[in-house]
Amino acid sequence: MEDIKKRIRITKFLDYIFAIVGLLSTLVGLALLFTLMTDLFMDGFPRLGYKFFASFPSRFPDEAGILSAWVGSFLVLLVTASAAIPIGVAAGIYLEEYAGKNWLTNIIEINIANLAGVPSIVYGLLALVVFVYFFKFGESILTGGLALALLILPMVIMATREAIRAIPNSIREASYALGATKWQTVQFHIIPYSTGGILTGIIIGLSRAIGETAPIITVGALTFIAFLPSSPFSSEFPFISFKWLFDPFTVMPIQMFNWVSRPQHEFQLNAAAAGIVLMMMTLLMNGFAIYIRYRFRKKIKW
Amino acid sequence: MVKELKAEVKKLNFYYGRVQALKEINLPIERRKVSALIGPSGCGKTTFLRCFNRMHDLYPHNRYEGEIILHPDNVNIISPQMDPIEVRMQISMVFQKPNPFPKSIYENVAYGLRVRGVSKREVLDEKVEKSLRGAVLWDEVKDRLNHLAFDLSGGQQQRLCIARALATNPRILLFDEPTSALDPTATLKIEELIVELKNEVTIIIVTHNMQQAARVSDYTAFMYLGEIVEYDKTDRIFTAPSNKLTEEYITGRFG
Amino acid sequence: MKRKLTRKIKEGAIETILFLSALSSVFITISIVVVLSYESFGFFKEVPLIEFLTGREWTPLFAEPKFGILPLISGTLLITSIALIVALPLGLTAAVYLSEYAPHRLKEIIKPILELLAAVPTVVYGYFALLFLTPILQKFIPDLSGFNALSPGIIMGIMIIPYVSSVSEDAMRAVPMHIREGSYAMGATKLQTAFKVVIPSAFSGIAAAFIIGISRAIGETMVVAIAAGGMPNLTANPLEPVQTLTAYIVAVSLGDVPHGTIEYKTIFAAGMTLFLMTLVFNIIGFWLRKRIREAY
Repeated sequence: MEDIKKRIRITKFLDYIFAIVGLLSTLVGLALLFTLMTDLFMDGFPRLGYKFFASFPSRFPDEAGILSAWVGSFLVLLVTASAAIPIGVAAGIYLEEYAGKNWLTNIIEINIANLAGVPSIVYGLLALVVFVYFFKFGESILTGGLALALLILPMVIMATREAIRAIPNSIREASYALGATKWQTVQFHIIPYSTGGILTGIIIGLSRAIGETAPIITVGALTFIAFLPSSPFSSEFPFISFKWLFDPFTVMPIQMFNWVSRPQHEFQLNAAAAGIVLMMMTLLMNGFAIYIRYRFRKKIKW
Repeated sequence: MVKELKAEVKKLNFYYGRVQALKEINLPIERRKVSALIGPSGCGKTTFLRCFNRMHDLYPHNRYEGEIILHPDNVNIISPQMDPIEVRMQISMVFQKPNPFPKSIYENVAYGLRVRGVSKREVLDEKVEKSLRGAVLWDEVKDRLNHLAFDLSGGQQQRLCIARALATNPRILLFDEPTSALDPTATLKIEELIVELKNEVTIIIVTHNMQQAARVSDYTAFMYLGEIVEYDKTDRIFTAPSNKLTEEYITGRFG
Repeated sequence: MKRKLTRKIKEGAIETILFLSALSSVFITISIVVVLSYESFGFFKEVPLIEFLTGREWTPLFAEPKFGILPLISGTLLITSIALIVALPLGLTAAVYLSEYAPHRLKEIIKPILELLAAVPTVVYGYFALLFLTPILQKFIPDLSGFNALSPGIIMGIMIIPYVSSVSEDAMRAVPMHIREGSYAMGATKLQTAFKVVIPSAFSGIAAAFIIGISRAIGETMVVAIAAGGMPNLTANPLEPVQTLTAYIVAVSLGDVPHGTIEYKTIFAAGMTLFLMTLVFNIIGFWLRKRIREAY
């Protein structure tokens, strides 16, 4: 018995040690995140002012800003969202509600899982050949947006499926029992009840897209752009113009990359400032996604 | 024969958070006998059983009051000063669903010994064989001790879990509805085994099957709404219960 | 009667649209394979496969170009290894902690923050590796060059912790409670239960998590492009600058490479190599994850 008691003391001590090691390992990442933010803020915060947002890049670090970059990021994201959301949500609905269990569904599933793991730069190469050279969209906002849409499509599909899967079957049966068709069931029950989950997935996907650099570099976005794309509004009929889709562009992460790569310290401060803006955008989007998930989870309880 | 007590439950109260699940339970546990706990679903019999090896300590907000005295050491195993791990090293448990580990048959049985720091091959070999024989499983598995435990049938898995529990020479062996997931043949084997095992170890068994309680146990406690309504020798409970509620339950009028 | 018909047509049309959307993902994969194969095929018409696979120098932009992919592969594997040395132990330990030890409240707070590590744009991590970590490391390792494999490797490791920890933790959480109780009932501690019972039970899922981590590390681009330097270098020394497959593609894309030239085609040969490497890991990972879902 004394042996056992001693043994218990040892194992419990090890258990205690591991609890501490485990907590520390979990916190390493968080500590790094915190250090990273602090470092960025210390370097870049003084640069953040109205002028920084309202100026084009420049040879002079003090005058350089991110106007063309944030406008570019916004427009690219607009294209990405308009392409990836409808296709991704539709594909998710098909796979959960319509697809039978057969080889084709199986292939589509394996395929989506695989696409989610394809390195982002490979999407860039695909977009370079297909959009830039084959469809002749050029090195444009349209090309950049579509490249990122390819990238986040698997994420949107998977988020949609997961959200739909959480809806209990009794809901579907209740709808069918009232004589609803499949699409009516989807339209009036499945989509509304899974909106929270789908939105969460979409926002997380878009937040990933906004920080992506590699595929955008591959499709040939310029690193130095001192003008804005054409205005989406025109003075003539029909007053809306899509010419901006075909304009050359740059985005936030590329602007930051460009500044990081320069040897002068002043440009690196600009990089830090751009990094703060970029981080804030992704953190806000992620925070918003968590909030939506939380709210919808509270509202609907199965 | 002189009655000898292995454990004594005194004024046990148990709470899941604010909900009181067990009320003022008093019960003697006779040494080397089988005591059965019966009662309708939700009466607290499993909750009560899990007090004996402090399983409730695994989850937050659970609270014990009162005493469970383990003889002959005369210690209160539910006192906060008592280490639950020390309790579990002396009181083993067999669960409702067979729950072998994803390891070989051999390693499953040796697990408790390894946890206690035993690593000598001869000691392990000997104990594993003895426990598997004790659980009447040895002949079926002696040629494939290194096979995964999941390869066994449900009944064999449950006997493996019994062997696992026996390997550490427990003072009390707890059974929580051990046959509820098994077919009649496997159930019969386990029941015979339980009757066999009481020659070596004190047994407490929870069952919702009254025939099972009648077949295997020496003493029976009937529980209802977290209280012990009646405790007596098993044949008395089933032939001449003194409480009306007990009578109604064993004649199948509720539960 | 007519209403029934229009309803049928509408339902059918909608189903077709949804089906085509789902099929588009297959179409994307096919396009990737076709595009990479086609352009690499053009490359291999000019460069023998043997030279590509066994050559020890990669200098496609030199006057006398050499097309041995080994330096890029070694650079990729070196940085991936460093990242895994950081990410696997930390990620697994964090997963065990979160799944078996952490109080529920703490877990609810820590998990989403940990996921944020994967949400930070990689270009920011690159900045951090080059301008924060490398100077610190240089204080301890004087030989460390300004561009090196070590610093981006470490940062990348921390970046992929959430991939490793969250999939591992999901797998451990899927281990039914009654298996754990079996272990606790034998007098085991949390540590013994976690390592002797829970981890073996969740093995497929943890392996899948590792595979996902490896695949992420191989495909990661910006951290390396910024902080590892741009020199193809056949070395296992983490203190030297290296170039990875991904960083090479970025470096070439930044310049103005005319369509159809051999330089243009090299990025597809590199891309094909990259795609095949990650494909193998992705398929193993998918298969392992499918196995956990079937296990319980």
